[in-house]
Amino acid sequence: MIFKKFSESFCSLLKFSRLNLALILLALFFCIPIVIVCGSLFFPAKDIWPHLIDTVLTDYIFNSLVLLIGVGFFSLLLGVIPAWLVTMYQFPMSRYLEWAILLPMSMPAYIIAYSYTGVFDAAGPVQTIMRELTGWEYNDYWFPEVRSLGGAITMLSLVLYPYVYLLARASFIEQSICVLEVSRTLGCNAMDAFRRVALPLARPAIIVGLSLVLMETLADYGTVQYFGVSAFTTGIFRTWFGMDNSLVAAQLSAILLLFVAVFLYLERRSRKQLAFNHTSNRYSPLLKQKLKNSSAFFAFVICFAPLLFGFVLPASFLGQWAISTYSEALDINFYILLLNSLSLAFITALLALVIALFLGYSNRNSRLFINRFLVRFISLGYAIPGTVIAVGVLIPFAWFDNSLDEFLTLHFNFGSGLLISGTLFILIFAYLVRFLAVSINTVEAALGKIKLEMDEVAKTTGMSHVRIMRRIHVPIMRGSLLTALLLVFVDVLKELPATLILRPFNFNTLAVRTFELANEERLAEAAVPALAIVIAGIIPVIMISNSISRSRPGYE
Amino acid sequence: MKKTFTIIIFLIFQQLLNAAEVNIYSARKETLIKPLLDQFNRDTGIKVNLITGKADTFIKRLEIEGKNTPADILLTVDAARLVRAKEKDLFQEVISDALNKVIPNYFRDIDNHWFGLSLRSRVIIFSPDKVNKRELIDYLDLANSKWRGRICVRSSSNIYNQSLVASMIARHGINKIEIWASRLVENFARSPKGGDRDQIKAVAIGVCDIALVNNYYLAGMLESNQEYEMNAAKKVKLFWPDQNGHGAHVNISGAGVTKYAKNKEEAIQLLEYLVTDKAQQWYSDINYEYAVNPEIKNTTILGEWGAFKSDDLNLSLLGRYNRDAVLLMDRVGWK
Repeated sequence: MIFKKFSESFCSLLKFSRLNLALILLALFFCIPIVIVCGSLFFPAKDIWPHLIDTVLTDYIFNSLVLLIGVGFFSLLLGVIPAWLVTMYQFPMSRYLEWAILLPMSMPAYIIAYSYTGVFDAAGPVQTIMRELTGWEYNDYWFPEVRSLGGAITMLSLVLYPYVYLLARASFIEQSICVLEVSRTLGCNAMDAFRRVALPLARPAIIVGLSLVLMETLADYGTVQYFGVSAFTTGIFRTWFGMDNSLVAAQLSAILLLFVAVFLYLERRSRKQLAFNHTSNRYSPLLKQKLKNSSAFFAFVICFAPLLFGFVLPASFLGQWAISTYSEALDINFYILLLNSLSLAFITALLALVIALFLGYSNRNSRLFINRFLVRFISLGYAIPGTVIAVGVLIPFAWFDNSLDEFLTLHFNFGSGLLISGTLFILIFAYLVRFLAVSINTVEAALGKIKLEMDEVAKTTGMSHVRIMRRIHVPIMRGSLLTALLLVFVDVLKELPATLILRPFNFNTLAVRTFELANEERLAEAAVPALAIVIAGIIPVIMISNSISRSRPGYE
Repeated sequence: MKKTFTIIIFLIFQQLLNAAEVNIYSARKETLIKPLLDQFNRDTGIKVNLITGKADTFIKRLEIEGKNTPADILLTVDAARLVRAKEKDLFQEVISDALNKVIPNYFRDIDNHWFGLSLRSRVIIFSPDKVNKRELIDYLDLANSKWRGRICVRSSSNIYNQSLVASMIARHGINKIEIWASRLVENFARSPKGGDRDQIKAVAIGVCDIALVNNYYLAGMLESNQEYEMNAAKKVKLFWPDQNGHGAHVNISGAGVTKYAKNKEEAIQLLEYLVTDKAQQWYSDINYEYAVNPEIKNTTILGEWGAFKSDDLNLSLLGRYNRDAVLLMDRVGWK
């Protein structure tokens, strides 16, 4: 009797483990490039470090820190407050602002940087007209310098705050109104309800958004380089290209990663003692309070400002330039670019979602430390600059290809050449390593909402696993899954550095074309492909927003 | 089973595609090279496959890919990167009378591993309202305190600046140039930012009085279809530095055939094509660069600027001193 029971539980453990083993291997596969980057730390590279420490390292660290703090602060400001306002209140245009606030997300950081510089720089039309009207010379007046550390903070905040907004809003929406009502009966005013109840409840979601923002900031190269800000990424590439030392460059990235890992760990630990479960499952329809007069006006301004500066203005600058060049730019090649960009983004997004689901479930069902650790580890990919990831991807695949080629040549007398390297496969793989963090975070958050008890109840009714997933999980998570899909879609659309290195022969994307023209300082010609990226990104962004609105329990 | 199947399919595919072709890793942007490659394809029937990107990442990629690399040619816009590729043993020797006849020997590698295809000069541009042409002398003079707060130049992460400083180290020695560079930095009107066109615009509107830029950027702006660019460019003048000394600093765009090129013949054929009169004329007419072939006549604005004395420093030295240049610029705080 005892023996039977023992063997049964052993079998189930084994069965479970085999699946789990497969999942662990899958996760490990995506860890390879990150491990390669971190592995660089174990190789000595003495001669460059003293030079870096003596000369530029403090600058890199200082600027990166200021950048992080600045972008973090403004993203919270621009993300959380509008999220709260559009969730709880009604004011002019609030129904449209709800999704429009997300639009800056479709704007790549380097493009907003180029367009603001084009317009507001000393040589741009605004200052030129100002000088012509007043007769001032360049030195006679003060004008904020676009290309500066402050400018970089502004640009990055303007395109990254939607991550915070998106997650904060999703969280506000699913909060039980009862909790808020109770807080009101306990004497909280609207401000207190926000500060003391809603905000702490939304903290995990907001932190996820914030960490995506910060990782994206750390990985940014295009903006800081163009603005002449010596940030950590500038250092990475300068060490690699200028000093021809890719090892130290990888070490710098690894240090960056350690920093991110420690930050994430500390945040998680500080949260551990606190429970954020929604205490009530009773939802009543969210009755939005109607704002009047000045408060309505202020609410409108607060929500419209980030949209104005993050999207409307830069997009209209681009549109202005595009008018003069579109007739030449819109040839057959342009449509090929568009098709390439869209299909890459779609395939990657789909794969990322499937993989994130596998990993998310493995994490949910397993108490094993290794699963949790691997998922966290993969998420670090988001903080690595695309170029560094690309090399981390090239190394193992080229090694595999070359070994296979050698083996085949030796035993069968024909070579396979580079089988995988140089194909779209490794480009997509690199995208996945970089962007899995986004889909994993979203999927995990969604899975967190489904209590394990639900599964157990379903099992008692005799439902199979597949049926439970189809009938219970998918409907609950639909909104989040769509969000995960579309976030990666937009990210891939914008991605540049990895694409630049890993794409196959004769294969270009909108981002590559935009970059090549903008880098040659041919802004007017770059405007058409840039605008195409933005437009292609808008549609999914609107879809994301709708799916979230509908995700509120009880939404009809 | 499935894998072998894919391999077989792939091999068949490879055989099918074995029509004459040549594969290029190009650090030169697509718009600045593709028209020539298309012309080559029309003239010879050889298919050209192209990836554009950054020279350093291509060098890394070639290193990682090893003997199976698909690339036959690495094309860069700077001599130092060609030298680096050679040092890493990524090129092979190419014996070609056509190349050697057209390209002067200081614009190609001593072992025939790489060849210059077009020339650009890093020149001084100045605002005629604020600067008398006679005040300008050469690069060394830019450290003079009379230029305090008057110079614009882009970041030292940029390869053109690295190569200029490397050439100065080669000419004058590292100690002298370190002092020169630190004084130059003191003369900057602003912290380096933007590209070369930005520096031209900055001079045009009075942010600074002089700037260091590659000549073709100024030409491109003068011929631009954007009015504001053209207007800015018209407000500045070009000065050829060091005409009584070594001559203006020049750099090349150039290429070499990779060590493991599968299409070596086609690759050489392409390089030879790029130095034909027709192609060389294209570099001058469309890209506003100078041909490496001294016989080519410049018809555009380049013709108006006239002939100038160019530095005949062996370009391999740009590669040799590249690292020293970067470290030095770090030390003097050239961002």
